[in-house]
Parts: sequence; structure tokens; C-alpha cells
Amino acid sequence: MNVNENTQAQRLSFWEKIYLPEIVKGLGLTLKAMVAPKMTRQYPEERFEPDGSYRGRPVLVLEEEGERCVACGLCSRVCPALAIEVQASETEREKERYPTLFEINMLRCIFCGFCEEVCPEEAIVMSKDYEMVFEKREDGILGKDKLLVPVAQLQDRLAYLRRHQYYENAGPQEAS
Amino acid sequence: MTEPILALLKTIVLLFGVVLPGASACVYFERKISAWIHYRIGPNRVGPLGLLQPIADVVKLLLKEDIVPRAANSFFHFLAPLISIAIAVATFAIVPFGHYIDVGGQNLYLAIAPHTNVGILLFLALTSVAVYGLTLAGWSSNSKYSLLGGLRSASQMISYELSLGLALVGVLMIAGSLEVNEIVQRQAAGGWNIFYQPLGFVIFLVAAYAETNRAPFDLPEAEPELVGGYHTEYSGMKFGIFFLAEYAAMIASSAIMATLYFGGYHLPFVPQFLVGLGFETFAPGGLGLALLEVGTFTAKVAFFLFVYIWVRWSIPRFRYDQLMKLGWKVLLPLSLVNVAITGILMLLF
Ligand code: SF4
Ligand code: SF4
Repeated sequence: MNVNENTQAQRLSFWEKIYLPEIVKGLGLTLKAMVAPKMTRQYPEERFEPDGSYRGRPVLVLEEEGERCVACGLCSRVCPALAIEVQASETEREKERYPTLFEINMLRCIFCGFCEEVCPEEAIVMSKDYEMVFEKREDGILGKDKLLVPVAQLQDRLAYLRRHQYYENAGPQEAS
Repeated sequence: MTEPILALLKTIVLLFGVVLPGASACVYFERKISAWIHYRIGPNRVGPLGLLQPIADVVKLLLKEDIVPRAANSFFHFLAPLISIAIAVATFAIVPFGHYIDVGGQNLYLAIAPHTNVGILLFLALTSVAVYGLTLAGWSSNSKYSLLGGLRSASQMISYELSLGLALVGVLMIAGSLEVNEIVQRQAAGGWNIFYQPLGFVIFLVAAYAETNRAPFDLPEAEPELVGGYHTEYSGMKFGIFFLAEYAAMIASSAIMATLYFGGYHLPFVPQFLVGLGFETFAPGGLGLALLEVGTFTAKVAFFLFVYIWVRWSIPRFRYDQLMKLGWKVLLPLSLVNVAITGILMLLF
């Protein structure tokens, strides 16, 4: 359809049509921006400290008795990027299992947090770690040695999860 | 015999003392000012305040591989950047950086070609030839993006040259001379041209932006449509030369603007005042005055370069039909009107 009436160009006033006053206005705006305070964070010196809501590298929770993970394999199952591999074995205690192998391929992980959401033991949570640099592709596959993090360091995230995620999920469901 | 040698010496001083440092300063401030406008800080890692950034840039460009596409015409591919830079630098020949220094009774003029009686004409001729650099670059690369960029630059520069020339006619009518020094002296005596030719200056400014292919008229290298425009197929230092040529052309046209409309090296009142205080060196021909003039001129040029960069980071690029419409339907009639008004006013007063 060819629109000839009441177009944007026709609604402009004379001063807008000759551009120059508007250009000067725009230049004024950028001049103001030039002297305004800057937003830049000087990264390696000034680090970004995320909140508990930040989804960084997924890690396994390590308590004094050992890892929380019971090797149920749900996280591996739900992971949309197929980044998790779990191999299970039994412990001495009855009906308890533990992962003999737990690997997250950080080259695949998309930081969706599904693994954390699905875990019945609150054993895998998203950490605040956002600095992941590897020199080889093989180094991107993190084993248990790199994944296990003492629970004390994860308090922010755990508190955040209690505050939001579980409460919402456990609350009375609205009929829809 | 001494004239050509003197001109050669001045050229060398100009190239290594003005154009190269000027261009690298432009690169630095282009990055800094764009950053400030984006609420960023800009380069600050290479050297104190990031001042060595241009050197890092040049070293990078020198070390990069120089790729010539197999289908390209390698001779013209090589020639195009050279044409661009040569034309951009040649414009400085007519620019007076100051008036003259009295050296043992002889006047040393602070311009490469101080008495060119066709100065302005030479400037217009050089801007016309500049289009060859870009067009040849676009054509010889044998790539459709480059070709489109080259053709755009050809039509754009030819369109805006008319308004550029006609805007200058007003200045020439007032000065009654094509000699640049004469025009400056005229302004020193009778007031800067900007007060007589405000419309002419605006037309000249817009046309000059189009001539130097700077935003908002940088259609020959419009990244969204043309990848890189005429220099898509250029890499390494050949690309660097185009880059340098762009900044050299910017400096040259800023210098022309300052010279023709803002009194060039003329600084009102201050030299007379200093002579009045008893400083003989600020009398005409003295070293102090010459330095003062060069400083004044540099400051004026720096201001116009700042405006160049400021405009680039403020105003979006024109669409191609808008560009052509602006050139032919707005600027050209306006510049004709400007000539007519100037003529009538000169008859009346
Ligand atoms: S981390 Fe959680 S979901 Fe994954 S295997 Fe262990 S217990 Fe199961
Ligand atoms: S965060 Fe998402 S992608 Fe990454 S391991 Fe967990 S489920 Fe897989």
C-alpha cells in the first residue's frame, strides 16, 4: 500500500525539516554524554562481584561428610546441552550411591541452571565463578576435583534458592 | 634555485611534523571521543592514558598480511591507496600555517606554495581528483561490494563538489582573489568570513563532510550494506594508507575551513596588545608572532577536527536517496542563492 497522507515526513515542522536545529540538539546531547560520568569497569583490577542470583559455573556442593550428590543422574538427564556425565556406584551405607565419575563439559554448558533446579539433593548449584579460561579443549571438561566446592562458599546461592525457587515451586498451584 | 629546495624542505617538515602526528592524534581522539560519547573510557592500556594506541595500531597494520584478491587488477589495486594519500596530502600545499618570518631581510613564508595565485582552484581540482582513489580501489578489487562503494563515492563526490565550489564563490567574491594568503589577510583586515558568509559556511561544511566521506555521509564504506565499501578487499598497510588518507583529508579540509571562514592564522587583538607592551617579537615578521599564528591556526584546525569526530558519533548515516536529494535539491540551490545574495549585498554596500 502506498501511503501518501499524514506520513512522518509530512508531520514534521519546518524547523525539523531543515535538520540543522535538530542536529544541533543531537550534538548537544552527545556533548553532555562526553562529560558525563563513565560506566566502564576496569575489569582485571575492578572485579564484578555477582549476587546470589547470578548463574555462573555449575558446581557440586561439598559438605564435611562428603559430597551431597547421590548420583541419581537427573541433572545429566535434564541438561539440554548434554554437558553432564554421571557414573554411579554404591557406598557402604545401605541404599546409598555416590558418583564415581562426575564431569561437566564447560564447552557445552549453557548456564541454564536446569541441573540445579532438578536436583533432589540440592547437590549441584550455580556458583559465582565466571572466569573460565582453558588452553586446551580437554581442559574444558571439569571432573570432580574441580567441581566440588565447600558448602560454606555457596551460602549466597543456597539462600537465594530457598528464597525464590523452591518456595515458588512448592507453593499452592493456581488452577490454570 | 632556493625556492624549490625550500618548498621541498617545507614539505618534509609538513609531512612528518603535521600530517603523520596529526593523523595519529586524530585516530587517538576518534577512539577517545567515541568512547566518551558512549559513556566509556576508551583506550587506556597502551602507554599512559593510552597515548601509544596509534603506534600499536600502526604496528598491527604493518605486520598484517597484505592480501591481493586473485581476480583483482593488482596494479590499480596498488595504485589506488597511493592516489588517495597523495591527493589528501597535496592539499596542504596551499594552506598557510602562518604569515611569514623575517630571516635576515628575507621573508620566509609559512606555507609550501605561498603565492599560488590559483590556490582555491587548486584545492577544488584536488578534491575532484580524489575520487579516483576510491573509485579505482572499488573497481580494481573486482568485488561487488567494493565496486558499489567506489561508484557511490564517485557519484557522491561529484554531486557535492558543485555545492562545495559554489559555496566558495561567495568567499572569492568578497576577497576578490584566489590566493589563499590574500584571503586570510583580507579577513584580518575586514573581519572573518564567517560573519559575511554564514550560509556559505554551513553549505561548505556539509559538502566537505560529504567530500571526505565522513559520517553522516560515509556511504561509500557503509558497513551494514557494503561490508567495508571500497576498501573491503584491502588489508594490511594498504588499508592503513586509506585510513591515513581519510584522516589527512579531514585535517586538510579542516584547515581549509579555518583558513577561508575563520581567519586562518589570524588572531585578533592579542599581537597588537603584546607589541604595545613592548614585545618586538610579536610585530609582523617576528618569530613570536609566527609561533602565535601557527598556534592559533592549529587550535582552529583542532576545533574543526573535533567537530568532525563529534558529528560522526552523533548523527546516523543518510540513506542514499536522501543523500542525493540533499545534494542536488537543497544544497545546490542554496549555494546559488548564497552567491546571488552575496552579489546583491556587495552591490548595495
Ligand atoms: S547432582 Fe543432583 S541431580 Fe545430579 S546426579 Fe547428583 S543428586 Fe542427582
Ligand atoms: S547449567 Fe544447564 S547446560 Fe549447564 S550443566 Fe546444568 S543443565 Fe547442563
